[in-house]
Amino acid sequence: MATVAAVIASTHHPFYYRASTSTGADRPPFADEWVAKIEAFRQTLTMARPDVLVMVGSDHFHQLWLDNMPQFLIGKAPFYDANYYNEEREFGLPRMFVHGREDLSAYLLREGLDAGFDLAFSNELRIDHSITCPLITLRPEADLPIVPIYTNIFAPPLPQPKRFVELGRTIRQLVEAWPSDDRVAIIGTGHLSLELGGPRQFGPHGPDPDFDRQAIEWIASGDLDSALAKVSLESLWLPGNATHGFMDFMLMMGAAGENAKADHVDSLDLFHTMEAYFTWYPKAPDEERR
Amino acid sequence: MESYRTDPRGTVEWWEAERANVILNLPEAERSTWLRFTDTEREALATHDYVALFELGSHNFLLLTLFIALFERDYAEPLAFQHEFAARLSRWTVPYPDIST
Repeated sequence: MATVAAVIASTHHPFYYRASTSTGADRPPFADEWVAKIEAFRQTLTMARPDVLVMVGSDHFHQLWLDNMPQFLIGKAPFYDANYYNEEREFGLPRMFVHGREDLSAYLLREGLDAGFDLAFSNELRIDHSITCPLITLRPEADLPIVPIYTNIFAPPLPQPKRFVELGRTIRQLVEAWPSDDRVAIIGTGHLSLELGGPRQFGPHGPDPDFDRQAIEWIASGDLDSALAKVSLESLWLPGNATHGFMDFMLMMGAAGENAKADHVDSLDLFHTMEAYFTWYPKAPDEERR
Repeated sequence: MESYRTDPRGTVEWWEAERANVILNLPEAERSTWLRFTDTEREALATHDYVALFELGSHNFLLLTLFIALFERDYAEPLAFQHEFAARLSRWTVPYPDIST
């Protein structure tokens, strides 16, 4: 059976690429600290020696539109082109090209359907920065095949938070039961408190630092009970109008497991978000080698 | 985008006539027949009035992305447009206008 080599959750900040590659007067003062944190985070994936990446993110209305909006969608394609014009213009992100892993996509679709998730699929998916930002931070070579999984955190009505957790648990179980010798890293990105297109956007910190502190505690300790008790579709409007992306973190908590303490926890208080980085090793890398 | 920046009213009229009813993934001949702006929506779009569009329930992410494309270039300081956008909405506290469709 396949090995879940690592479970990784993080924010996906589209400005990281530009900040980390800029030089001289263009380089923002926070760039060096940010790069150092990302390089340490990247090492947690490198140490896991993955063969394939299952990557959870959310399309930002690029390909999935209001004429036909899936709640959960798995890409099944041999290749994925990546990033869109507005992401080049606004964030300076490069166009990318990533290999897919169709056999794992097909397996997750079949088994996910049979496990009670009526998953949509796409054979022609162009992925956006919710998937490419973690590639840039964690695997900038983009040399591993991926299975992209999209969740709807943008276009109400959204699935309930518990459904995200259940999907994360199911992905973990299915990957562990995948008849393969491959090592799989499950990577997902979302947000802590975030405001976009509202009066609290782009402040000196994230819009709700108290929520961010609480959320990091929940994630780092795997405290799904508290997260599920405190978070609802309605409550997520309060910390910031784009905070429903926190449900992708909840999905990753489901993948990491109940009360699973993260092996790597880091955060960075940027000018308008709290960035946060978590890695769990189902088996410690040194334990595997023994 | 450039025509909407320089001629918002004309572009909104063109878009409503030619593009609003085209459905993604369908040939243009299979366009819908009934989508139209209300007078209030049309006027808000024709005047680049993002405060009114926010108050009408435009999706916050799309609204911000659209107006960054239009106007961020006119501001010398990074994020200056985004800060002005926020300030112009500062009378709002949660709950914000409903964005559900």
